[in-house]
Amino acid sequence: MKVDQLAVFLENKSGRLAAITKALSDNSINIRALSVADTADFGILRLIVDDTDKATRVLKEGGFTVGKTDVIAVEVADKPGGLARVLSVLHEAGLNVEYMYAFVEKSAENAVLIFRFDDPDIAITILQNAGIRILTGQEVRSI
Amino acid sequence: MIWNEEFETLPREQLEILQLKRLKDLVERSYYRVKPYREKMDEAGIKPEHIKSLADLQKLPFTTKDFLRDNYPFGLFTVPLDQVVRVHASSGTTGKPTVVGYTKRDIETWAEVMARALACGGVHRGDVVHNAYGYGLFTGGLGAHYGAEKLGATVVPISGGQTKRQIMIMQDFRSTVLLATPSYALNIADTMADMGVDSSKLSLRVGIFGAEPWSDNMREEVEKKLGLKAIDIYGLSEIIGPGVSMECIEAQHGLHIFEDHFMPEIIDSDTGEVLPMGEEGELVFTTLTKQAFPLIRYRTKDITRLIAEPCVCGRTFVRMEKITGRTDDMLIIRGVNVFPTQVEHVLMGVEGVEPHYQIIVNREGSMDTMEVQVEVSEQLFSDEVKNLENLSKRIQAEIKDLIGSTCKITLVEPKTIQRSEGKAKRVIDNRNL
Repeated sequence: MKVDQLAVFLENKSGRLAAITKALSDNSINIRALSVADTADFGILRLIVDDTDKATRVLKEGGFTVGKTDVIAVEVADKPGGLARVLSVLHEAGLNVEYMYAFVEKSAENAVLIFRFDDPDIAITILQNAGIRILTGQEVRSI
Repeated sequence: MIWNEEFETLPREQLEILQLKRLKDLVERSYYRVKPYREKMDEAGIKPEHIKSLADLQKLPFTTKDFLRDNYPFGLFTVPLDQVVRVHASSGTTGKPTVVGYTKRDIETWAEVMARALACGGVHRGDVVHNAYGYGLFTGGLGAHYGAEKLGATVVPISGGQTKRQIMIMQDFRSTVLLATPSYALNIADTMADMGVDSSKLSLRVGIFGAEPWSDNMREEVEKKLGLKAIDIYGLSEIIGPGVSMECIEAQHGLHIFEDHFMPEIIDSDTGEVLPMGEEGELVFTTLTKQAFPLIRYRTKDITRLIAEPCVCGRTFVRMEKITGRTDDMLIIRGVNVFPTQVEHVLMGVEGVEPHYQIIVNREGSMDTMEVQVEVSEQLFSDEVKNLENLSKRIQAEIKDLIGSTCKITLVEPKTIQRSEGKAKRVIDNRNL
């Protein structure tokens, strides 16, 4: 139920994000979801791609620092209250979200929320018990 | 192994008799044959006959790099040029280089002290010596070369650069000894990792590293990565080149100065006063035997202290502690003296920090600011901002403990700090002081 996410270190200088996306595009790797965390001094790019292993190899060869982490993808209806419900479940269970980002599926009926937890296994149990739909890595990659 | 048992274990009284005899000869030669030296001594009111004891050395004026530059290129040679068989020159980052000359006997002396140094570091006949010090005007390559040949080792005169090829050659030739600057040794280690060559595929036993200051934590790092024992060698072209002093493999603590050829003093770099044994200050050398280009009380700008206690290896020569830094590398940040090696020591103490760093100093208004750039290795990297920020804060706190003021830590992408093929450039000082 966990999804592979790549994290790439971004030095705070122009053209770094462009260099990463070019390396991926040159190798026909498709980005499914993406978010950038930025601070005053550096950034962290987080990506879900259609071929994690290949992307890792390509980026490492390009001299980037790459890390792989497990995240959880949750599907909710794309309407008011979709995110709020999931967050209230997590809050009641006392689970802390390290970070999250979201995107809307092509069909536009559903939205996908990507969550990073300290302990993803506990989070999966809690979300499933609340009847929330969790997507597999395969499902996310094929969106 | 002690290369020259007779001289290297000479009792102090006998050594001093020899030193005094050589000192008198040196002062006489310099005074009568070189006008600039004569003028300097006359100005100080010193004549060669005033040198009656080793303590009289203190009466002689210092020699500085500026004095060498003023007499560029051959003005301080004490022999006619037809007796000079070789010249070398310092890298001279600013202006004219410093030129040094050698007679045939000087080249022999150099090979002798360098052979002693290599033996002191555990190198012997039968070793394959991979000499990655630069060949050319720089004294490192040729100096080490002649010493290793005199010792009877097999020398691979590879010089610097083309690192991948160097690694292949070390593997194929089964090199047992690596001679390089510490920063180039690290560059080799990293390139090996990139190529997937493990240190167990090499036959290296000893690394003789010098020509730039390096910390003890850096030593551990290189020893681990290259699977060898790292030994510190010291020298400077003005004095002779590499082979002025050398750490022994037995103690790996302090570098034995070959005192029958080079006489050390430690002075207060502000007042020029000679400091008592054991105190830290600027290292000053007098070359006792050099013919073509002798130097009297040359200020090296290197900071160290002398160790008089006997050493386990049996050599009677005094030791100098590993160089902490140079007076001209020393940064004064808001009134506090900081050496790049101190910052290096902190960084190497943090698990996962790569030994590549750069210090950038700026002046904002009347405030000095110091920025330390650290490369983010995979081991340090995290997808969470707070982890990386904690890392910066931790390094910042440790450096603050050391220098008392807060510096900025900048995390940079791997391999963006320039790799050294000789001497590493650790500091960029943008202040116009």
